[in-house]
Order: sequence, then C-alpha cells, then structure tokens
Amino acid sequence: MNEQSGKLIIETELSASSPPTGLQVIAREFKKDKLAMFSLISLVIVIVGIYIWSYQIDQAEMMRVSLRDKFAPPGEKFFLGADQGGRDILGQLIIGAKNSLTIAIAITIITGAIGIIIGLVTGYFGGWIDNIFMRIIDFFITIPSLMIIIVFVTIVPKYNIPIFILILSVFLWPGIARLVRSKSLSEGSRDYINASKTMGTSDGVIIFKKMMPNLSSILIVEMTLSFAGNVGIETGLSFLGFGLPPSTPSLGTLVSYATNPLVLSEKWWIWLPASLLILFLMLAINYVGQAIRRSADAKQRLG
Amino acid sequence: MWKTIIRRILVMIPQLFVLSLLIFIMAKFMPGDPFTGMITPETDPARIEELREKAGFYDPWYQQYFTWITNAAQGDFGKSYTYKLPVSELIGDRALNTLWLALLSVFLLYLIAIPLGVLAGRYQNSFLDKTVVLYSFISYAIPVFVLSLIFLFFFGYQLQWFPTSGTVDIKYDTGSLGYLWSKIYHILLPAITFAVLGTTGVIQYLRTEVIDAKSQDYVRTARSKGIPINKVYSKHIFRNSLLPVAAFLGFTITGLLGGSIFIETIFGYPGMGQLFIQSITGRDYSVITALVMLYGFLTLLGSLLSDIIMSIVDPRIRID
Repeated sequence: MNEQSGKLIIETELSASSPPTGLQVIAREFKKDKLAMFSLISLVIVIVGIYIWSYQIDQAEMMRVSLRDKFAPPGEKFFLGADQGGRDILGQLIIGAKNSLTIAIAITIITGAIGIIIGLVTGYFGGWIDNIFMRIIDFFITIPSLMIIIVFVTIVPKYNIPIFILILSVFLWPGIARLVRSKSLSEGSRDYINASKTMGTSDGVIIFKKMMPNLSSILIVEMTLSFAGNVGIETGLSFLGFGLPPSTPSLGTLVSYATNPLVLSEKWWIWLPASLLILFLMLAINYVGQAIRRSADAKQRLG
Repeated sequence: MWKTIIRRILVMIPQLFVLSLLIFIMAKFMPGDPFTGMITPETDPARIEELREKAGFYDPWYQQYFTWITNAAQGDFGKSYTYKLPVSELIGDRALNTLWLALLSVFLLYLIAIPLGVLAGRYQNSFLDKTVVLYSFISYAIPVFVLSLIFLFFFGYQLQWFPTSGTVDIKYDTGSLGYLWSKIYHILLPAITFAVLGTTGVIQYLRTEVIDAKSQDYVRTARSKGIPINKVYSKHIFRNSLLPVAAFLGFTITGLLGGSIFIETIFGYPGMGQLFIQSITGRDYSVITALVMLYGFLTLLGSLLSDIIMSIVDPRIRID
C-alpha cells in the first residue's frame, strides 16, 4: 500500500514530462467516450446493488412454494410477478444474478491466472515448451467444448458448484492462453527484454516483472471480455439445464422457464427481466472492454 | 499449396484420435450400457450377462476402444434405446434438417453482412457506418438464447409472422410446392436468428478490408484512369475484399454447430442439436457419443476448410 502511494506521487510529479501511464490513458479514454463511461458507472452500480440487495433477501422464504400466487402478474404483492410455484420473480432475479456473477468472476480469475501464466511462459521461451502447449491449446479449441461440458456435467457424480466452475475452467483457459502467448511472443523479441537477458536477469523476473506490466492493458481487456463471455456461457448452460444445480437459481434458470410456450407467450414477466439483465450485462461489460482495448492501442484512441 | 493442405490434414488425424479417446473414456463413465434398456421384469439376468459377454463388455479397454472406433468409422454407432433405431439412421434424418437450416443461415448471413460491411467501409464515419458498427457490436455481445427467445416472442407469438416450432405443416403432401414452402417458412426464423448472430465477424472484417483498400495503389490507379467511383467499388475493391471474407465460412460453420444446440431447442426444430439435448435428458448414450464425435469431426472440418481457403487466398500463410 505504502509503496503504491509512493509510486503514485512520483508518477504525478513526473506526469508533466513523461508519457501518461496505462491507467491515465484508460481514464482519459473513458472521459472522452460518454457511452463507455455510462456503461462503466451503471455496471458498477448494478453489480454492487445486486450483491448488497441479495443479502437482504431471505432465500428460504423466497423459494417457498405458494400455489395461490401461481403466475401472479406484476403488482403490489410481487413487483415483478411470480412464477409457476408462486415464488417472487424479483427476489429470484437478484439471487440468480448474484450467483451468475459470482461464478463468472470465479471462472474469469481461474482461467485468467492459468491462461496468463501459460501464455506468458510459452510465448517467452518458445521452442519445445511452446510446441507442446500449442498442440494442447489447438486441441481444446477445435473440439465441440459446449457438448463435452454438457456431457461432463451429466456424468460427474456429486455434482456441485465448485465442480461446475472446475469443468468450465478446464475448457476455457486455452482461449486466453493462446492470445497472451501471441502477444508475449512479439514482446519477447523487444530490445528491453534482450537487454535484461544480457544483464543476467532471471527468466521469472523478466516474465512477471518486466513483460507482464507491459502487457497489462491487453491482459485487462482480455479478462474483461472473457468475464462477459463467462456470464454468457454460465447463463446459457443453466438455461439448457446443465449449469448450476437446481437448488441454486441463476439468471439462466429464470430464462429457461420460457421454454414452456405458455410462459414465453403470455407470462413475459418471468423470463424477460432476466433476459434483459443478461443483455445489459453483456453489452455493458463488452463496451467497457472495447473502450479499454482502444486505449491500449495508440492508433485507435479517442482521448 | 497441396503440401500445405496435406500437412493440415495430417495434423487433424491426431486431434481426431485424441477426441475419440476422450469420448470413449467419457462413454465408459456413463452409467448403464446398451443392454440396460432391454431389461424388463421377464428378462433373465443370465441372458443379459451372456449378451454383454458376446458384445465384448468384459474385454480389455483398448480392445473395446478398437472395436468401437472401427465400427464408428464404418458409420455403425450402435442402437438408440429410446428410439429403437440404429443411431446412424436416427442422426441421418436430423442431420439433413440441420443442414437445411445451416445452408439458409449462411445464405442470409452473407446477404446481410456483405452490403453492410462494404457500405460501412465506403462511407467510413458516416451515420450509416456508426449504425452498422453499433449493430455488429450488439449482435456480438448478445447471447444466442436471449436473442432467440426475444425473436420467437416478438415474431412468433406477438406478431405471429412465423410458426413457433416444427419443420413442416402436416397438411401438405411430401414433394408438393406447398410442402417445400412450408418447410422454408419454418426454417426462416431460426435461420434469421443465426444469421444476425453470425454477421459480426464478416461485417467487421469486410469493413476494415474496404477501408484499407481505399488507400491502396491499385485503387488510385483505377481512379486516375478515369473509372467511375461506383465501378471501382463494385469491381476492384469488392472483389479484393471478398476473398478473405470467404475464409470466414469455416468459422461460420463451427459457430453454427455450437449455436444449433440452443437454436434448435428453442425453436423446436428437430435437428442434431435438439437430438443432443433430448438424448442427454433421456440418457441415450450411444446417440450422445455419436453426436459428440460427429460434431467434433465437423468442427475440425470447418477449421480445415478455413485454413485451406486462407492458403489459397493468401499464399503467404503457411501451416507448419
């Protein structure tokens, strides 16, 4: 903490003479692009709001079936109506969104860590390490992973959330690793890396202390976009019925009620809010990601 | 070029081998076996045991794998126990449905994407360009199942422009014109959904190609020779930009396959994707393994196709 704040002071002192740092460039890009700024702020408000609100909800009370309220339309008792079992849609929406976001974040962190480490190491060293990992990554990218994930979900005994996260992570790290590898491959032949090598700096220090900070903006972009992708994959699988276990509602579970034609055509309040929330999350996260990507590339910057 | 293609096919073989091994191992972990479905209260357990013995159930795994893979290569994937049909026959019907859907989707996709991409690139930074960029951003970000449901809700149920499930109305005779139209009519909405979702890549690629081409020497030469600007676009730039876009075909096929699971389930379209979900719920394992293998093969074929088109279009690309 201390070191960071010290660094910040030095950076602000130097800002008059030195080029702006990564974070400053990103901040400038967001100031210039109003829609990106709006996406970021509303995204933060929605995500924080969902997490705070979800603690106010009594999940056991919410999930209690009451047949008298079957398909109750939006109104005074239920702000967004009720489902087939007379359960509050709004409460399910908040809890579902919290679960979906938590799982997407967990998958993003796991796949990001694996993908970045493998990508950086293979790109930096090249040679046979690179060759072996590229074969593995190529294999993962060319298999019908969605189907294999579904099969795994159905055959794993004692299926629960950590296992679901694990299965998805196994199939999702190669995409990140491939992209990071291609970037670190070109970064590895730069002069400053060669200079470090000649000075005898150890490989680990070069990779994580010198190369990674220089690729940080690309890594942030990649993590943001993969976060959006993970929200999509988790809700999609839950929609099909192969995501979260039935006891844990997800946004996808709410949308999946729409596979019943009656619900889809007449009870819009059950599936439409969840669909729109997924849509909002996807659009906002992707837009923020693209704004950061633009700021990472001097040619495309607006600010 | 031939060398590249052959090398690319040789790379595919180990990938197929590992995939088949993975599927075989998964199949071993699936509960039950092809004979579980035959068990009724009257069946003699000894008889089932005998059948298992005969089918090689107790052979070492590598021998079982070998039998399975040689049968699979000849198109014999065993019998579906829910449908009481050979798996190949069952998939054959469904595959044809998926193929029609895919063909119409690809056709619509290029029909939408090519004009939008070229126009957006030509009138860069215009209102049209900004709209197209926004459209392609939204179609990139929206998940398949959300768009499908929204389309089905609006165009199927609210406006009632399209049928909401099935492949054909039963009132028409097979082979009549009405039958054909009814069939296309049923495919149209899922195909439009597919096309809208798939346009992003083609539009973005085409747009950048056209923008890059505008400052190329050959365009300047054509203009200074006095060729009208419209003709430069339609004859020179368009042709040069279209070739790389053709390479997207392979990726489009791969995307279609993944999306078919969602689209066919939502639109009640009896294709391979719907069959897959039905077999998973019905625990029809011989169908599942056959479908995963087939999808894997087709996905590999899609990326092979892309690479081959790429290597024809751009000879600088070489695969090692």
